[in-house]
Amino acid sequence: MATVTAPMTNKRRTDLRKAILPYLYLVPAFAVMAVITFYPLIYQLIVSFTDFQTKDLRFGLASPELNFIGLKNYIDILTGGLPVQNFEFFRVLVFNFWWALTNVMVHVPAGVVIAVLLNTQGLWFRKIYRAIYILPVVIPPIVVATVWRNIFDEQYGAMNQFLTAVAQFFGSADPVHIRWLTEFTPPIPWLLPTGPLPLAYYAMMIANFWLGWPFMTVVATGALQSIPKDLYEAASIDGATGFQQFWNITVPLIRPAMIPAAVYGFTTSFNLFAFVFFMTGGGPARSTEILVTFAYDLVRNLRLFGAAAAFSVFIFFVALVVFLITNRVTRATESFTEA
Amino acid sequence: MSTITKTQDKNIIARFLTMNTSKEAGGRDVPLWRQILLQLLTLIIAAEVMFPIMYIITLAFSSKTTRPSALELIPQELSLTAFQQVLDRPTANPVTFTQLLTNSFLLSVGVGLVSLLVAVTAAYAFSRFKFKMRQVLMVLVFIPLLMPAVGLATPLYLLMNSFRVMDCGNGATALSPLMSCAEGAAGKVVFNLRDSLLGVGIAMIAGALPFAVWNLKGYLDTIPAELEEAGAIDGANPNQIFFLIVLPLAIPQLAVTFFLGFIGHWQEFALSWLFLSKPESYTLAMTLYNMTGQYANAIPWNRFAAMAIIVALPVAITYLALQKYIAGGLTTGAVKG
Repeated sequence: MATVTAPMTNKRRTDLRKAILPYLYLVPAFAVMAVITFYPLIYQLIVSFTDFQTKDLRFGLASPELNFIGLKNYIDILTGGLPVQNFEFFRVLVFNFWWALTNVMVHVPAGVVIAVLLNTQGLWFRKIYRAIYILPVVIPPIVVATVWRNIFDEQYGAMNQFLTAVAQFFGSADPVHIRWLTEFTPPIPWLLPTGPLPLAYYAMMIANFWLGWPFMTVVATGALQSIPKDLYEAASIDGATGFQQFWNITVPLIRPAMIPAAVYGFTTSFNLFAFVFFMTGGGPARSTEILVTFAYDLVRNLRLFGAAAAFSVFIFFVALVVFLITNRVTRATESFTEA
Repeated sequence: MSTITKTQDKNIIARFLTMNTSKEAGGRDVPLWRQILLQLLTLIIAAEVMFPIMYIITLAFSSKTTRPSALELIPQELSLTAFQQVLDRPTANPVTFTQLLTNSFLLSVGVGLVSLLVAVTAAYAFSRFKFKMRQVLMVLVFIPLLMPAVGLATPLYLLMNSFRVMDCGNGATALSPLMSCAEGAAGKVVFNLRDSLLGVGIAMIAGALPFAVWNLKGYLDTIPAELEEAGAIDGANPNQIFFLIVLPLAIPQLAVTFFLGFIGHWQEFALSWLFLSKPESYTLAMTLYNMTGQYANAIPWNRFAAMAIIVALPVAITYLALQKYIAGGLTTGAVKG
C-alpha cells in the first residue's frame, strides 16, 4: 500500500506546487505594492472625506482635531467652494483637455510632414538632419521647460530679443517687450469659451511644439520606411501628383502607427506636470493650470490635504475616462489594420 | 516631343536647375531647384531645433555674469567659469555639487533598480503562467498606472510623515507611529522618513513598480516560448526555467526597463520638491528649478545654462545610446503619463 500512495502524494505535491507557483512569483511585487501603492490609494480615499490640514500632520488620522466631513471636499471642488482664488474645476478640466488636444493636433501633422520631407530620396545631408531632429526627444522635459521659461522672460529672454532683431530689420527701433508669461488678457478672446487662453498658453504651445514633434517624426519615419516603394511608382505611372500620393498612400498606411503615438502624446501632454509647473506654474491667475499642477498646489502650497486627496480622486476618474476613450481608439485602429 | 529634346531646347540655367541631384541609384530624380527648396525647409527646421540649444550653449560658455542683453546664438568665447562656479557652489545653500549629484544618482538608480528587481518575477508570472485571478490581479497592477504620479502625492506624504524618530529629551527615543513620547512631551524630531531620500525613493517606487511590472510583461511576451518548452522537456523545473533560461534572455529588456526608470527619475521633481526640505538632500532637478524664473533673482544666467546642460547630459547620453530599444519601450508602456 505504502509504495502505491507515496508517488500519489508526490504527484499531488508537485501539482500543488505548480498551482501556487505563480502566486509565489507575484508575492514580492504585490507585497511591496500593498504597502506603498494600494494602501496609500485607500488612505487617499479616507483622507478625502476629512478636513485634514497641517495641524493634523502629527497624529494623522488619529488626530483629535480631525473631522470627517463626508462629501464636502468633493462638492467644494465642483462648486468652487475651496478657499482658493481663481479656481473653477470645469474651467481647469476643459483647459486640460484643450491643452492636450491642441498639442497632439499640432505635433502629429508636423511630425508626419517633417518625416516625409526627411524621407525624400536623394535629399542631401539626410543623416545630419536626422541626428539634429532627434535632439529634443533626448533632452529631459524639465530642462526644456526651464530653458524656455528663460527664453520667454520679459526683459532678458531670447524670444523678445529675437523679435526685436526682426523688428529692427523692418525698420522699427523699439525693443519688443511682450509679457509672455504674465500678460492675462487673451489674444484671441473667443477661442475657449470656458476660460481665457492667455499669452502664456501660446508660449507653452511653442515650447511644447519644440519638444513634441520630433517624437512623432521618429514614429512616422519608422512607419514610412515600411511602405513598399512600388506603391508610389505605380501611382506616379498612373499620373498621381505628389500631394495625391501623400494623401492616398502615405496617410492611410502610416495611420496605424500614428494613432497609438497620438494617444501616447495625448496622455503625456494631459499630465505634463513638470513642463507646466516649470514654465508658468499654472499662472497667470491659474489660467494655464492643469489638473495635476492644481492637485500639487493643493498639497504643496495650500496644504489642504483633504481637498487634495479628493481632487486626486477626481483626477483618477478623469484619467480612467481618458484611458477608456483612448484605449477604444487604439483598439479600433488595431481591427482596422487586421481587416 | 520626348523629354530629352525638351531639356536640350532650354538654356543652360534651366538645365542646371533641373539636373538630378540625387546620388541614390534607382531612386527618383531630384532636380536641383527642388533640392534647394528641400534644403531650405530642412535648414529652417534644423534652425528651429537648434535655437534653444545654441542659446543655452552660448550662455553656458560665456563668462558674462550679467543677464543677456542681446540675442547671441553662437558662442563668442569658450569660458568654463560658469561650469566651475556651478560645480564649486551650485546654490546659495551650503551644499556641494557632489552631494546633489549623489542624491540624484542614488534616487534614480535606486528606484530604477529596486522596482526592476521586485517587478521581474511578477512580470514573468503574468506573462507565462495561467492561474486563477490573473485578470483581476493584472487590473490591480494597472489601476495605479492610471494615476499620475502627483495623484498619489498626498497619501504618500501623510504616510511617510508618520514615520518619525523622536528624541524625547530625557535620553529616550520614540519611534512614531508605534511609540510616542510621554504625555505632554512633544519631543524633537531626529529623523522624518518623509524628509529623507529614502522616503522619496519609496514614494517613487510606489509609482515605478506597477509601471515596471507592466512594461516588463510587455517585453517578456515578445520572447518566444520555444526555449522554455525545450527546457521543460529536458526536465528543468519552473524555477530553473525562469532563472537559467528566461532571465539571461531578458537581460536587454531588463536593462532598458532599468534605464527608463533611471531617465524618468533622474528628472523627477514633484515628489522630491514636496517631500524634501533640507538643502543637503536636494537633487539636481530641484536645484535647476531654484535657478529659474522668480527664484533666480540673484543667479547669473550663464550658471543656470551650465546647470541645465549638466542635468540634461546623463539623460541625453543614455537616451542616444539606447535609442533603438527605448522607442519600443515607450510605446509598450504608453499608458503612464
